[in-house]
Amino acid sequence: MARLRYLVNVVTLELDVDKCIGCQMCTEVCPHGVSAIENEKAVIVDRDACMECGACARNWEP
Amino acid sequence: MFEKISNSSFITQNGLDFHVVPTQLSLADQLGSWKARWAIGRMKYVVEQGVYVVGNPDSNSVVLVSANYKMSLDRLRSELTDLDAWILVIDTKGINVWCAAGKGTFGTDEIVQRIETVKLAEVVDHRRLVLPQLGAPGVSAHEVKRRSGFSVTYGPVRAEDLPAFLSAGMKATKEMHRVRFPLSARAVLIPVELVMGTKHIMLFAACFLLLAGLGRRGYSGSLVLSEGLAGVILIFAAYLAAIIGGPVLLPWLPGRSFSIKSLWIGLAAAAAIALYSFNISLFDDRFTLIAWLLIVPAICSFFVMNFTGTSTYTSLSGVKREMRIAVPLQLICAAVGLGLWLAGRFV
Repeated sequence: MARLRYLVNVVTLELDVDKCIGCQMCTEVCPHGVSAIENEKAVIVDRDACMECGACARNWEP
Repeated sequence: MFEKISNSSFITQNGLDFHVVPTQLSLADQLGSWKARWAIGRMKYVVEQGVYVVGNPDSNSVVLVSANYKMSLDRLRSELTDLDAWILVIDTKGINVWCAAGKGTFGTDEIVQRIETVKLAEVVDHRRLVLPQLGAPGVSAHEVKRRSGFSVTYGPVRAEDLPAFLSAGMKATKEMHRVRFPLSARAVLIPVELVMGTKHIMLFAACFLLLAGLGRRGYSGSLVLSEGLAGVILIFAAYLAAIIGGPVLLPWLPGRSFSIKSLWIGLAAAAAIALYSFNISLFDDRFTLIAWLLIVPAICSFFVMNFTGTSTYTSLSGVKREMRIAVPLQLICAAVGLGLWLAGRFV
């Protein structure tokens, strides 16, 4: 089955890498594998898969 | 009032209240789920919040957190065969975990308060909660920890992965973290959409039925029966094609936006109607035929687009973008179609 993908270049997801402490929570709570950890920092690897559920925004540790 | 859980009991021990529940769902539990899927009593399919007991848990056993929508609790406990666990059911106003998390009712405040109310610290010695991953949009794990002392571990998306997650020492695989949208999950949405949508489509069809009586020679009851009934059948055919075809065929319909996906269903339905009408010369005039070729895709498009809300992968920004374009087009098609169809009454 083809993987279901929604529209491109529309989501409002933003990542401020300077604030990232590498807690990995964003990768743990994301239902669509939008972020990953590279060199102990979060990176967005599949931006268009984001459904803006807000789980990552609520769970990163400041 | 709260839904009854088959073969459950309510006990009080040392001033703490517990609901003891089996992991086997009874026929009545399954019938309840089935009714909720058909939108029967779905908005009040609620169980009482509190501490639930599965198996023979002790003060070291895992605490799982769930919503007070009965289908959520049922789904969870039915996967806990041979396990000993506490389930903390929080008050999400009878809404499932993911939807409630989106609204914030499956949220930090409610969890922190519920821990207090049920005196969870007296039930278990450890200070750890396992939440369904889909609760995360409403919960700040670190804030729960700071305010209640209980740390939050997000479990798998699906309850069926819980036994594997627990036996792996609370480690979820990548696969357990991912939300999918398989045929089974899509098909299960059909009944509730049918029930919810039917009210609207009936109203729409009733308008056609009434207007069908209009004609050059005044209002005619026989026209209502012939033209009106034909219209009602076409409207319902388009509606059913969308409600059933949309979710079932979703991955195979070309396009990313739901309104484009729906177009294929609309065009297929319109083509079928056109072919059929040529065969039996259903419509005497071109106006009526063209009218239906506009109205049918508009209906399909509207109802398939509706599924963006129940799909598991659309973003609000995306839905807003596609609606900005699709809704005016749907309205224009429907309005022009209706105009032509009315004109067809008088030529």
